[in-house]
Amino acid sequence: MARYAREVAVVAFAQSDHLRRTDELSEVEMVMPVLHQVLAATGLKAGEIGFTCSGSSDYLAGRAFSFTMTLDGVGAWPPISESHVEMDGAWALYEAWVKIQTGEADTALVYSYGKSSPGSVRDVLTRQLDPYYLAPLWPDSVALAALQAQALIDAGETDEARLAAIGARSRAAASANPHAQLSGVVPQGEYQVAPLRTGDCPPIGDGAAAVVLAAGDVARRLCERPAWITGIDHRIEAHSLGLRDLTDSPSTRIAAEHAGVFEGPVDTAELHAAFSSQEVVLRKALGLGEDVSVNPSGGALAANPIMAAGLIRIGEAAARIHRGESDRAVAHATSGPCLQQNLVAVLEGDRA
Amino acid sequence: MSTSGKEPVAVVGIGQTKHVAARHDVSIAGLVREAAARALADAELTWADIDAVVIGKAPDFFEGVMMPELYLADALGAVGKPMLRVHTAGSVGGSTALVASNLVAARVHRTVLTLAFEKQSESNAMWGLSLPVPFQQPLLAGAGGFFAPHVRAYMRRTGAPDTVGSLVAYKDRRNALKNPYAHLHEHDITLEKVQASPMLWDPIRYSETCPSSDGACAMILTDRAGAARSPKPPAWVHGGAMRSEPTLFAGKDFVSPQAGKDCAADVYRQAGITDPRREIDAVEMYVPFSWYEPMWLENLGFAGEGEGWKLTEAGVTELDGDLPVNPSGGVLSTNPIGASGMIRFAEAALQVRGQAGEHQVPDARRAMGHAYGGGAQFFAMWLVGAQPPSS
Repeated sequence: MARYAREVAVVAFAQSDHLRRTDELSEVEMVMPVLHQVLAATGLKAGEIGFTCSGSSDYLAGRAFSFTMTLDGVGAWPPISESHVEMDGAWALYEAWVKIQTGEADTALVYSYGKSSPGSVRDVLTRQLDPYYLAPLWPDSVALAALQAQALIDAGETDEARLAAIGARSRAAASANPHAQLSGVVPQGEYQVAPLRTGDCPPIGDGAAAVVLAAGDVARRLCERPAWITGIDHRIEAHSLGLRDLTDSPSTRIAAEHAGVFEGPVDTAELHAAFSSQEVVLRKALGLGEDVSVNPSGGALAANPIMAAGLIRIGEAAARIHRGESDRAVAHATSGPCLQQNLVAVLEGDRA
Repeated sequence: MSTSGKEPVAVVGIGQTKHVAARHDVSIAGLVREAAARALADAELTWADIDAVVIGKAPDFFEGVMMPELYLADALGAVGKPMLRVHTAGSVGGSTALVASNLVAARVHRTVLTLAFEKQSESNAMWGLSLPVPFQQPLLAGAGGFFAPHVRAYMRRTGAPDTVGSLVAYKDRRNALKNPYAHLHEHDITLEKVQASPMLWDPIRYSETCPSSDGACAMILTDRAGAARSPKPPAWVHGGAMRSEPTLFAGKDFVSPQAGKDCAADVYRQAGITDPRREIDAVEMYVPFSWYEPMWLENLGFAGEGEGWKLTEAGVTELDGDLPVNPSGGVLSTNPIGASGMIRFAEAALQVRGQAGEHQVPDARRAMGHAYGGGAQFFAMWLVGAQPPSS
């Protein structure tokens, strides 16, 4: 029996070049080319889309209601059916997928973007911690990731050399990705926060991404080989790091079970692992073997535009299916410190 | 299980906090948990019965917490469950309820907790909205400064006498006296006091302006099977929609935005409503400044163009009128911004469940909840009924 009421597929994906700074571009100017590109790929106009949903963060923009201006870039006239999540665009895609499942829309435009360059993203992200007990201490995102990395090393699940190899593999893979911010041979560098070195950490950058979803025959009409979302689920864990086993990701595993990851072999995995150590945790939670191509795009270690990096994982996995390079892929997105919240999607192409 | 058509969605639990200017006795987590626990108690369900949580609030700068859903996961029993965070400006409370409703309608989840909150005393909403951006107009001293010219445009366009706004404020503040959860309980309110209050943003007076509140509102939404087990009468969702349009452009009608008209038309189509004025028994509409009642009466199709103020003036929108608007006291009496839209949706549901207490509209069978946000550009609405939808 089908898991869901309707077949829904990713039929188009576009992303910006991810850059360390984009001082000369407003958010609207950064998003608009990506929107035009993804719509052009399907031949749809903004007014023909059934539902639109975006993901972004006011804290990165440094102002309230920042998404209202970006909406202007969509061209929401005549008025459109539209929503916004203050989360990574992967969750905007989830909301759009639910909307299509209700039957109220056959197509959806999903986009997300983030500019980290105007501020210090390590400082900004401390503001997402418990505001009474944790945030006043300003523990930054790299320090928190380092706690997780050290826990993994202490548990014997990895070591610094193997972590370095993850970074090197990711940036080597990114050589084939024209949008990546870091690619090729990148020095492992000094400790940022031990045991994590520069090479274990993501680049800080600005970027945007967009996806078009479509149901059933509409998807078949818009795309030669649609990337069917055969399962999608997301789960959250306790916030406090003291309440979690940082070497494991039960929320990823539960989401994967509900998305049906374990019901068949996977050939590709796009993981939103911003730190090399997080790939170790996610591989285990998703049960990925050595035969799976992990982050062939280079992943978040090659480009990590916050708020878009998760949606890009879904887009990259879908694009491989579109190109015939994958038959069954898993895409993953995360939010919060040390993989607190995780989304997992299974994407499949029709077999010849 | 049928895979065609939507699953009917029922509201079986509603909870809100007593809204006040500052809840110094609870954290943000304590505030949201209070509303959620009341909604669960109302539905006679436990945390274990909840499959997913959908949370909404207005800008994160209002409390100074980025992505507060992360920190609130524990307080809302969401650990191990899906949790989604919606943000669509002032309409967010309504949009959040609609996203939660869609999860049930799509048969992705069976029972969903949805909640919206604002704890404005943690920060300063005025400054939260006033962070400067280069090359962009400033926000004109708060929301009132943005909306006052549009109220003036409405008055000029329709010839409405300048007494109408104070009638709305006087009505809503009196209705609030019957609602134990309302923020403002002005026991000595008179029409003269409203009219004598200081002018803030001409033509909007102090007493025609919403307060700043701390508060949260929660609902439990469930499917047909869940509704059958409900100890109290459910409210059924007959229609729900969101519409957005750009903030600023030459063709925009700020007095009666097209997105609001389209959103209402979509809801009426889903609910089979052809004459909203006759077929809807109570309306909870988002009226942060008094003049938005007559403006939205027209925008939502309850009155012809230029006629909204006449309904208000004739007492049609009073609690005992034939189209009561904001029997709860509305946003003019209670405004935890991110929660205000969900309170509208929840109060509409309370009315058709017959659970609205002293501000109950007798025999309310169909009620509408309405929210808007941004520069009058984001709209979210639902229509709930005492009976399950027929189709």
